[in-house]
Amino acid sequence: MKIHEYQAKALMGERGIPVPAGVVATTVDEAVAAVRPLIESSGNPVVVVKSQIHAGGRGKGRFIEHPDLGGVNVVLDGIDGGIPAAEAKVREYASEMLGSTLVTIQTGAEGKVVNRLYIEQGIDIATELYLSVLLDRSTSRNIIMASTEGGTEIEVVAAETPEKILKTEIDPAFGLLDFQARNIAYGLGLEGEAFRNGVKFMKTIAGVAVDLDTDLLEINPLVVASDGQVMALDGKMSFEANALYRHPEVEVLRDETEEDAAEAEAKEYGLSFISLDGSIGCMVNGAGLAMATMDIINYVGGEPANFLDVGGGAEKDQIVEAFKLITADENVKGIFVNIFGGIMRCDIIAEGVVAAVKEVGLEVPLVVRLEGTNVELGKQIIDESDLNVVSADDMKDGATKIVELAR
Amino acid sequence: MSVLVDRNTRVLVQGMGKTGRFHTDKAIAYGTNMVGAVHPSRAGQVETFTGETDQSGVPGRPDTYDVDVPIFRSVAEAVVATQATATVVYVPPPFAADAIMEAADAGVELIVAVTEGIPVADMVLAKRYLEGKDVRLVGPNCPGVITPRECKIGIMPGYIHTPGKIGVVSRSGTLTYEAVHQLTLNGLGQTTAIGIGGDPVNGTNFVDCLAMFNDDPDTAGVIMIGEIGGTAEEDAAEWIKANMTKPVASFIAGTTAPPGKRMGHAGAIISGGKGTAEAKIEALAAAGVIVAATPTDMGSAMLEAMR
Repeated sequence: MKIHEYQAKALMGERGIPVPAGVVATTVDEAVAAVRPLIESSGNPVVVVKSQIHAGGRGKGRFIEHPDLGGVNVVLDGIDGGIPAAEAKVREYASEMLGSTLVTIQTGAEGKVVNRLYIEQGIDIATELYLSVLLDRSTSRNIIMASTEGGTEIEVVAAETPEKILKTEIDPAFGLLDFQARNIAYGLGLEGEAFRNGVKFMKTIAGVAVDLDTDLLEINPLVVASDGQVMALDGKMSFEANALYRHPEVEVLRDETEEDAAEAEAKEYGLSFISLDGSIGCMVNGAGLAMATMDIINYVGGEPANFLDVGGGAEKDQIVEAFKLITADENVKGIFVNIFGGIMRCDIIAEGVVAAVKEVGLEVPLVVRLEGTNVELGKQIIDESDLNVVSADDMKDGATKIVELAR
Repeated sequence: MSVLVDRNTRVLVQGMGKTGRFHTDKAIAYGTNMVGAVHPSRAGQVETFTGETDQSGVPGRPDTYDVDVPIFRSVAEAVVATQATATVVYVPPPFAADAIMEAADAGVELIVAVTEGIPVADMVLAKRYLEGKDVRLVGPNCPGVITPRECKIGIMPGYIHTPGKIGVVSRSGTLTYEAVHQLTLNGLGQTTAIGIGGDPVNGTNFVDCLAMFNDDPDTAGVIMIGEIGGTAEEDAAEWIKANMTKPVASFIAGTTAPPGKRMGHAGAIISGGKGTAEAKIEALAAAGVIVAATPTDMGSAMLEAMR
């Protein structure tokens, strides 16, 4: 689960990580009202207006409605014009940004509508660094990745100058040790006040990642201010789904407008569903088989419309719900049901499919491939129904048939 | 011969709830030695299993079974009382990592964790706890381990398996069944089928299983089923190139998976351009593995690899 930057900063701030002061705004007036208190309390006449969407690359992103406008805007007008000038500029930016669609390298061409802005105090930046805490799957431990190349995409740094990335493994039994935190700070070139603040920052951030069960905690840039403060100028957090049950304080931060409605609905029925762009709807049991079904549709010349895993114990109402999800997508020109019944019996699945088709209605071709427990009985139920359903012998046969029928 | 489990394996079940009871019954029907259960709130009780024997399982048994499984309050007490050598974990996700660590401490040789949805941080700790201990964890979020007609630990349908000469190792449950089914149909059969699970942190990886199969005199070849996410397949490819003396066939799921999306399994995600199916297929092919173009072709890919 992803959250917004302002939420991540609040979570970090509560846990002792220095973050700039800021105010979230959903209207132009709220954005303008934030300016005076920020400037007065920080003493810095600069404020920043930042789009809050669940995607990175906002600074370089551009609005569809305002092609010259970026997703993050620094307001310098307060330096010469004072607070009224800063307010006027924030009003101008907020009016254009709120309700407009921001396209970044992570949103896809359709972009994301900006419903929230974060108005933040300006920081006098001396150095921009990079820091993240994430799982290293090869060692089954968290690592801290740090780099002097802040502000750039870390994938680019990793590809072009991998020697500029410091990786520090955290032993889960001990947490990040003091000497490791010092070594990271040395590696980042921190000195004096910044060094002391940096060591404290590393120790704290490693603890935050564990306390909150993040699966990614990324701070890019991590900045050293001219006064030696080490601060999270940006904050990206995503949370490990399996651990959300023990973090009600995180669960309430969920922004449903950022999530796919069909995927969220599927989750309520215990279905794992992901929308795709193709025309062949899929209903499968098992995540690996569901992925492989998408692949085989592609292999025989079609394009899958979705990933859908009904799980190992699907019952009739889940299958009906699965059909509703698939048929709600108007791009779907054919449906492929691919089941390897283990514990799940094919006759139960077949009955579910027949019932679902009768309830939901079927306007596109349907191919059903059943294998495993009670397969003959299942095929018989499909064949004896008066539905327009085609049986398949194996996965490849089924994929070929549905792609042909959907043409 | 086989790997991990055989007719002498004595199995405990941790978590005798609805799921645990259902699969314990299936395991007993198959002929697995289910010697005890651990479920603190039900300690002292005995769960009785009766039914019709699954004759696709361990041969030479009567047509019906009637087995008492005693329930203990701790794994340590259960191991002392039953001499269990393995355990299967059906404990719900919030408590599963603790169940795994308890089993490791009690001295079983093999822990099979079926539970799906264990927090990653819990598994990071559990794996750390297992370091240096003489115990193997398979899973979590896996179908389990089966040696056909000897021992079935987990949730896989027993009857699709047949004794033979191919080792199967997979991150996916239903794709394992596809492979097993094809190996049964084409006559190669299986020595042992191992589901290593779909989570990002697991106890046993591809290399561990490849090494076991490589050392097993009855295993003549291996089918390895991978998917997007992580670099376990690339690591396996490197190991195969350097060490494997037996033919390997493979299938990798997720060629069409979009980046940044978790495809059902917690571990099946392409992130930061890493973990793509293409990279895995390329690495395996470069190591001499026959990679099936579709899951329907896994059995024939194995035949081709053995030619």
